[in-house]
Amino acid sequence: MTDLRTERGLAVELSDLTRVYGQVRALDGLTLDIEPGELVALLGPSGCGKTTALRILAGLDTATSGRVSVGGKDLTRVPASKRDMGMVFQAYSLFPHMTVADNVAFGLKMRGRDGAARRARAGDMLDLVGLAEHADRYAHQLSGGQQQRVALARALAIEPSVLLLDEPLSALDAKVRVQLRDEIRRVQIEVGTTTLFVTHDQEEALAVADRVGVMNAGRLEQVAPPAELYSAPASQFVGEFVGLSNRLPAQVTGDTAAVLGRDVPVLPGSTTGAGRALVRPEAVSVVADPDGPATVATVMFLGPLSRVTCRLSDGTDVVAQLASTEALRLRPGDSVRLEVAPEPVLVIA
Amino acid sequence: MTPSTGFKVFRVVGLLVFAAYFFVPLLAMFDFSTQRRGSAEGRTWDNWAFMVTDEDLRSSIVASLLLALFTVVLMVALLVPTMVWVRLRVPRARGLIESLCLLPLTIPALVIVVGITNVYSWVTYLLGDSALVLTFAYVVLVLPYSYRAIDAALSAIDAATLSEAARSLGAGWFTVIARIIMPNITSGILGAAFIAVALVLGEYVFASLLHFDTLPVAMAALYKSNGPAAMAAALASMILVAVLLVGLTFLSRDRHKQGASS
Repeated sequence: MTDLRTERGLAVELSDLTRVYGQVRALDGLTLDIEPGELVALLGPSGCGKTTALRILAGLDTATSGRVSVGGKDLTRVPASKRDMGMVFQAYSLFPHMTVADNVAFGLKMRGRDGAARRARAGDMLDLVGLAEHADRYAHQLSGGQQQRVALARALAIEPSVLLLDEPLSALDAKVRVQLRDEIRRVQIEVGTTTLFVTHDQEEALAVADRVGVMNAGRLEQVAPPAELYSAPASQFVGEFVGLSNRLPAQVTGDTAAVLGRDVPVLPGSTTGAGRALVRPEAVSVVADPDGPATVATVMFLGPLSRVTCRLSDGTDVVAQLASTEALRLRPGDSVRLEVAPEPVLVIA
Repeated sequence: MTPSTGFKVFRVVGLLVFAAYFFVPLLAMFDFSTQRRGSAEGRTWDNWAFMVTDEDLRSSIVASLLLALFTVVLMVALLVPTMVWVRLRVPRARGLIESLCLLPLTIPALVIVVGITNVYSWVTYLLGDSALVLTFAYVVLVLPYSYRAIDAALSAIDAATLSEAARSLGAGWFTVIARIIMPNITSGILGAAFIAVALVLGEYVFASLLHFDTLPVAMAALYKSNGPAAMAAALASMILVAVLLVGLTFLSRDRHKQGASS
């Protein structure tokens, strides 16, 4: 097999992109820089503008204002067919009248590569996604997961400067989705192509991306590595959208907040005075205590981990995530004491 | 006798009745077209040979076949890119295009002919008085049926995603339409073409009132002087259309097997 690494990973800059459809601002001043070879995931609820951003980068939609630049070259007015970007779509997009090999070689044909070179490259790409033996099949003879793997091979065959993935896993069942997600990451690292991955599935985004951008109402709320995004959300939206959070009563004084009787550091952007702290379930521990101020409401077994919901005397529910060995000792109605780990929290008004 | 057996018998009888309904007139036509003139005994192929030996009838057959071919080519060349473009780029105009294409269905052919008579005096002045100039009128005539066939085929594929995938791989709009969309709506295009051929081969009002000698006009004239020969020509055109239909069915099935229609 030839060296598949493209060495073509280029920096991507989206500068102050705005897209207005009638009265709707689908994008509202989006600015995002992607490093060469980096995989950035855009995450957000439906209608937040993440697909619009990707389509503008692909040249399939036009920004109302703003600039798209790849490798320092302004592509804002360049048509999609001249942008040299590979794309995998949410819907199955293989050409039904072509074999798998012809699908993968299509982009090379458009670039005037001769038949032998096309066949060789298509073979390499199908090897890369583990479908070399399906080269002569048609799309309708493949499963959904296989079709998306061929679509990935087709997008990479042209050695794109940027790889664009528009929710490529959302039509697949859960097991295939996880397998293909891991495969996409493996292939992306192997070929080194700068990649923008759009998804509404936070687990998917956190698992594959070097950095994750969380979008809301056409704006980028925060871009950060997955761990940072999870542990230090920059806004209430990010804190609530990414992962589960308890909203616990808190009193902020200086750089700390009193939460469940314990002082914990507060993150930048927190409110002052009284508010609600966003505390992750895994940051809450539950201690059996006959004199404790809370009672266990439910214990939900999730395999190695369990989720325990406790009720405070004021009626507030607090969810804790514990090892199942620990959680299964608790019974609904038990009196318990809740403790919060001394990790920084975001306090909202 | 079990109910299922009864149903089978009913099905077979029904099939035979319908077959008789369709085939008895055709057999009668064939019988009439092969009879010798007067009280002579036996069968003759002279009336069928008349289609080739009679220069007027032969030229009208050639004109009609060429008209059918040109109508199909022009209809596909106009309609397919327009419909694909509207579907992908200006979907809001789809209703307007559909209304325009269906309009000829609502206007009687006679009214259209009266309306375009003056236009055709210019057309014949500029392009000559060949019957082939009817192509323009026939394209309008077949629009409603062709539109429906192609629209159904386009609705069966995800044209937007396929075209975006092709464009992202470097294909221009011509390539998208010719190499990606058209191969996947072949069954619709073939259906539209078949309907167009059938309509053109049977169209009488336009050709007659605009004074062009096409097969139906020649057959009508011939019927007055040589009924069996006219009958042979009519049966031949029906057989041609039937062969086209069968060919279309097999072609669509083959393409489906290849995955083109999946």
